Amino acid sequence: MSDGLSHWLMSEAPLSRRQAVLGRFYRGIRSILTNPTAVVGLVIVILLVLMGIFAPLLSLGNSPLTQDLAGRLGAPSAEHWFGTDELGRDILARTLYGARATLAIVALVSVIVVPIGLAVGTVAGYMGGWVDAVLMRITDIFLAFPRLILALAFAAALGPGIENAVIAIALTSWPAYARIARSETMTIAHSDFIQSVVLQGASTWRILFRHIVPLCLSSVIVRLTLDMSGIILTAAGLGFLGLGAQPPTPEWGAMVSSGRDVILDQWWVATIPGLAIFVVSLGFNLLGDGLRDVFDPKSGS
Amino acid sequence: MAGRIASFLFTLAVTFIGLTAVTFFISRMTNIDPVLAVVGDKATQAAYDGAYKALGLDQPLVVQYFIYLGRLLTGDFGKSVLTSQPVLTDLLRVFPATFELATIAIIIGVAVGVPAGVIAGATKGRWPDQVIRVVGLFGYSVPVFWLGLIGLFVFYGKLGWVAGTGRLDVFYQGVVTQRTGVILIDAAIEGNWEIFANAFSHLILPASILGYFSLAYIARMTRSFMIEQLSQEYVTAARIKGNSYWSAVWGHAFPNIMVALITVIGLSYASLLEGAVLTETVFAWPGLGLYITRALFNSDMNAVLGGTVLVGAVFITINLVSDLLYKLVDPRLRRQ
Repeated sequence: MSDGLSHWLMSEAPLSRRQAVLGRFYRGIRSILTNPTAVVGLVIVILLVLMGIFAPLLSLGNSPLTQDLAGRLGAPSAEHWFGTDELGRDILARTLYGARATLAIVALVSVIVVPIGLAVGTVAGYMGGWVDAVLMRITDIFLAFPRLILALAFAAALGPGIENAVIAIALTSWPAYARIARSETMTIAHSDFIQSVVLQGASTWRILFRHIVPLCLSSVIVRLTLDMSGIILTAAGLGFLGLGAQPPTPEWGAMVSSGRDVILDQWWVATIPGLAIFVVSLGFNLLGDGLRDVFDPKSGS
Repeated sequence: MAGRIASFLFTLAVTFIGLTAVTFFISRMTNIDPVLAVVGDKATQAAYDGAYKALGLDQPLVVQYFIYLGRLLTGDFGKSVLTSQPVLTDLLRVFPATFELATIAIIIGVAVGVPAGVIAGATKGRWPDQVIRVVGLFGYSVPVFWLGLIGLFVFYGKLGWVAGTGRLDVFYQGVVTQRTGVILIDAAIEGNWEIFANAFSHLILPASILGYFSLAYIARMTRSFMIEQLSQEYVTAARIKGNSYWSAVWGHAFPNIMVALITVIGLSYASLLEGAVLTETVFAWPGLGLYITRALFNSDMNAVLGGTVLVGAVFITINLVSDLLYKLVDPRLRRQ
């Protein structure tokens, strides 16, 4: 980065809205990069994305779906680095392609959960009164639920499959975001700049979406990153129970489940995909911890 | 005080109604025809219609819900198609297994997690803190069902230190009379220490794995409470009076976090019941979690509903009770 650009980005007196936004973004990135925990987490998450994108190239010519019953449950070898599963499919290829299922679940859950949480939370926090009471009571009910059990019941009722697993996880995850958005909104709602937009005649919706939501975003995103590992673990748990992605789609939870019966003899079948789940959710936890340290120095370490 | 208990009961009631409503409507979203489950698919149209009426399915959904709620309150959870027994009987039979597992797990979690959290908080930023933080982060990130499998592979398959899946070895089953359903207690009552040892060797691995998860959570919370307390002036005062650092930590700061820890321990105890679903599947542990999952895959909706409501109710009650206890124990909150 040239000094001029860096100087322009770090300017204390930005001349345009664009410069201010980009500058804020740049400062955020810089402080994330100074936090070793966050960097390690970020690297793992980026690797996950790359794994998903380049799965066909990385799997050394092995397809995740081609069966080879003669070579089933083969130990790790030069040809199959991580061995083969109960249908003779290459575990390395399936683990790499499995990153796609995980990425899809994580992305879809975020896309559903954040808007719902923000909408409920900001409306409740800004309106107050009975609207707040009703919305928060509903939130509390969902929050009181044991998450996996509710997701299990939803997934069972809607039928197994990746889309239904996403809906089930989303339905059990949004309350936390509503809580956060509400508490942020309540601190913002009475500040002077909101009062001044009210006096300028802005509508309630405009205030909510243009002024309050953007300010809630950073804490919601930190929370989302910390939550990612929970989402991944719940999705893998549903997959393990047979309620997630359906065969033959490679999904890590289901892969662990298929290695369950042979764990004492062919340990690699369950170990490799489980390790993938572990590393990815560790990555999101590290990134989330780091982000929290950067954006919210009060909590955490 | 009375007001606080009244609001506690109100919250409990509202949450319980919400819980049952959500589970009820979920169960009605399925394509499973509850009538067919009763009469079978070879029944005549007349028999089908009769059963349809008898199950109250001709009523509006909301009316059906209130009928269901009324039955629940009298302890009628319906009949399980799978075991052809009342769901309540089934639940009472399987619950002790889960209770035994979760209780040993929380004991492990508290016994290790609390000291670890205190030490981490007191050595903030130095190596003991870092080590405990990493151990905790691993606990947050590892899939419980996978850890269970790896545990079985290493400690049962390779090392032979613990027994395999299930609650007892096959030839020990049915030897001890069921009194509480908690095998450790039942065996101890009869003085049958052979069975006790066998049950313990089956229990220790799943309980340690579940305990690890609550340990991670309890240690993290204890650490942050500890850091907050150690920054208070009374700790400095205790140090000036000549207390050693660790005596200020354990003697002065620790008693002040015990109140907050009640809630944390309650919460993680409640979530153990839920974590038990996957652990029980891996270890073929005949508890509530395994019961619910089995019922799920056999479209036994009454059993699923009953199990979910029971877990939810226990979860909510533990949560709210620990919240209430917190307010009762803390003298500052009591006065308000």
